Amino acid sequence: MNHLDKLEAQSVYILREAYREFKNICMLWSIGKDSTVLLWLARKAFFGHVPMPLVHIDTHYKIPEMIKYRDDLALKWKLTMIYGENSEALAQKQTFPDGKADRITCCQTLKSEALKNTLSGEWNRYTLDHTTSKYVLDGNREKYTGVIVGVRADEEGSRSKERYFSPRDKENDWDVGDQPPEFWNQFKTDFAPGTHIRIHPLLDWTELNIWEYIERENIPITSLYFDQGSGKRYRSLGCYPCTSPVESTSKNVSEIIEELKSGKFANIAERSGRAQDKDDGGGLETLRRGGYM
Amino acid sequence: MTVAGLKHYAGEVICNMENREQMNIVIVGHVDHGKSTVIGRLLADTGSLPEGKLESVKEYCRKNSRPFEYAFLLDALKDEQAQGITIDTARCFFKTNKRDYIIIDAPGHIEFLKNMVTGASRAEAALLVIDANEGIKENSKRHGHIVSMLGIKQVVVLVNKMDLVDFDRDVFNSITEEFTEFLNKININPINFIPISAFNGDNVAEKSCETPWYDGHTVLMQLDSFANRKEDIQLPFRMPVQDIYKFTEENDHRRIVAGTILSGTIKAGDEVVFLPSKKKSVINSIEGFNVNSAEKAGVGQAIGVTLKTQIYIKSGELMVRADEIQPVLSSRFRVNIFWVGKFPLIKNKDYKLKIGTSRITVKLAEILNIIDAAELNINTYKDQVERHDVAECILETVKPIAFDPISHMELTGRFVIVDNYEISGGGIILESVSDKGSTLHHNIGKSEFFWEKGLVSSNMREDLYGHKAKFVVLTSGNEEYEQSIHKIGKELEFKLFKSNYTTYYLGIASHTSDSSDRDSQIRQIGELAILFADAGHIFITSVFNLDDYEAEKLKLLNQTHEIKIVNIGESPFDSFVPDADINYSDIGGVVDSLCELIKNYNKNGVEELWDRSITRN
Repeated sequence: MNHLDKLEAQSVYILREAYREFKNICMLWSIGKDSTVLLWLARKAFFGHVPMPLVHIDTHYKIPEMIKYRDDLALKWKLTMIYGENSEALAQKQTFPDGKADRITCCQTLKSEALKNTLSGEWNRYTLDHTTSKYVLDGNREKYTGVIVGVRADEEGSRSKERYFSPRDKENDWDVGDQPPEFWNQFKTDFAPGTHIRIHPLLDWTELNIWEYIERENIPITSLYFDQGSGKRYRSLGCYPCTSPVESTSKNVSEIIEELKSGKFANIAERSGRAQDKDDGGGLETLRRGGYM
Repeated sequence: MTVAGLKHYAGEVICNMENREQMNIVIVGHVDHGKSTVIGRLLADTGSLPEGKLESVKEYCRKNSRPFEYAFLLDALKDEQAQGITIDTARCFFKTNKRDYIIIDAPGHIEFLKNMVTGASRAEAALLVIDANEGIKENSKRHGHIVSMLGIKQVVVLVNKMDLVDFDRDVFNSITEEFTEFLNKININPINFIPISAFNGDNVAEKSCETPWYDGHTVLMQLDSFANRKEDIQLPFRMPVQDIYKFTEENDHRRIVAGTILSGTIKAGDEVVFLPSKKKSVINSIEGFNVNSAEKAGVGQAIGVTLKTQIYIKSGELMVRADEIQPVLSSRFRVNIFWVGKFPLIKNKDYKLKIGTSRITVKLAEILNIIDAAELNINTYKDQVERHDVAECILETVKPIAFDPISHMELTGRFVIVDNYEISGGGIILESVSDKGSTLHHNIGKSEFFWEKGLVSSNMREDLYGHKAKFVVLTSGNEEYEQSIHKIGKELEFKLFKSNYTTYYLGIASHTSDSSDRDSQIRQIGELAILFADAGHIFITSVFNLDDYEAEKLKLLNQTHEIKIVNIGESPFDSFVPDADINYSDIGGVVDSLCELIKNYNKNGVEELWDRSITRN
């Protein structure tokens, strides 16, 4: 087995463990390359099926191509696709682009808050109707007790300390100082009422591993990651007011891999184009303790 | 300041990027002996830090009037910077010409022992850091002990802060001597001792001119000299069954047994045995998604197989090959355990044991000794295992589990214990021990003594009710009858009730998510049966796929009353012989046969019912 085989096998094990242990489980799909690899790994784990809903938090500031790509793939792969949003904050324009919140607050409102209430079922969920290709209000309001997330340990400091199975309390808070032990391949799969578990199957993957795997498996990825002729491409995807493309002429997966291995990005952090990280003192810990992915 | 995006690539061009080897290394040792500094230095000296990171950390320290430390590169969490200690395990990605590393920085503080073990259990080799100035401390030893228990064989000791003792060879030698003696006692033969100053970089990435008397490896060279675990392909095949899938969408009719192979190889056509149920079948195919169809699979692969025969098996069983050496089946075994729980491990309490993919109720039966991990003094007087203790104990599960004795292989004997939702301890099974003195027998013998009995005797109840008390257990090994047996139980109760029998039905709903829930449900139904039988009832239950151990347990619990275990259709048992086997025709037919079975006949073949003339409406 090569290194990608080993990473794949470990992620598949974690996904199967999660599916076995949690009745109400969902997978967060940010549309980015990592969670799309995660979705692919689910198809690996479950032999072509994805037996759990995919949940996307729509901030309405996502780059439009992302939403189209999401729905195209959801229809093609017959996914149970759900989205949630903070409709109140959006209606009242309590956002950074509207000038009524700073970046961190905006992230907390449109992402963390929306995520928390979508997972708990307190706010509306919308589900993709495969016959009409339109979203309809989801009747299911059950709380998700297992949430699969595609974060990687190499992304930033607080994520490097994550567990594969990471508990969140009733308030969605993360107690970094007192995390459960994980011995060998035994994870925390028992949880008290009211709490839920975040599951991180991609923790050991690096940005380079992700691209190598995309290349090997030929996974369809949104074209925003590639230079379309402007000399720019996205290295990390988020909301357009806070995410800038990087100068790069990589037009396909193998060019990106080359660029990461020996080119100009070999020593520059992936999230360097994400402005909220800088506003949080260079890391994401404040946001992540409060429920951010 | 934090380490946003610790993303590490060596500056040089690396050849043969395809199929690079990867290795996990853990760095352990007493608090403040300089683990994070060693890693920070390794990252800095090999050009593995993101551009500008080192400068920005130095700038941060200058602005905040703090002396710069390499550890700040790692201690990324805000609490850690404030307190200057590592709270949790951090992973750093790091490359040499030879391979990719994940370096796991484990905290040295005793309160964070569980985090240290978490980090160490993923590692193939360990660097143990000792401060030359402070010498060997409690956690130097404790960590050494746990590293040994976790089965990490490659250990290198870094004698750090040599600059503080003027690179004195005698200091280094005396630490080497003392610590080697300790490590040998716990079955570790350290590969090497390296004198370093992580702060100044001596013997980390570059050979130091301060230690002319040392001509061994630098830390960097040492890392590359570690051997990656040989894949356990020559060991017998072992695969814990993680789940059974049948996704019916898009006409997928495959019934797939999924799991990750711990050791050995398997191919289509091999005969396999599932343990502890002892069910057998033959591998039909090896399944995958977006892969070329394979005839064969081996260690490390997360696979799925289909079987030639449709047998009912559960997740948690161990799949092994019939033609290879078989694991041990036992419900009582000697273990080494380390405890990190908030509450102590005590006797007479139910815990959940997680071993492989199996979860089962377990009790602490005996404490053989508690080892003070730091001093290796043995304390045999404690009657509970406390937080941070390492102990040798005997554990008892409610049913036998399958494992290999540690002398054969350690992969199937590793377990954790869950107490009140939390993983509170971990350990390894040493060997199976005899069943004598099993607590189930003991407790059953005992429970009879605790009750006050009423004045109504069972004969008086029989006289009134017109029949004897009975416990009737319905089961089936055929999945198609999973729901039917509950219906049969309910219909049987109804029919008996209408004919004036004193009866009560309570079935065990299928699909309990957790096998330890099932264990306690079986036990509860057994105990309820005692009460109902005592009260003169015909107590009926239905349990899908009752196994040998569960059947024996129900019999054991209800020794004083008549118990009838009835199988309908295909048997779920391996060697247990039920009191009756009934073929499935339709529900009514089965209920009729059961009624015949339950009725009491006297010597003349006449039904022993006093007055059946009144039927209830």
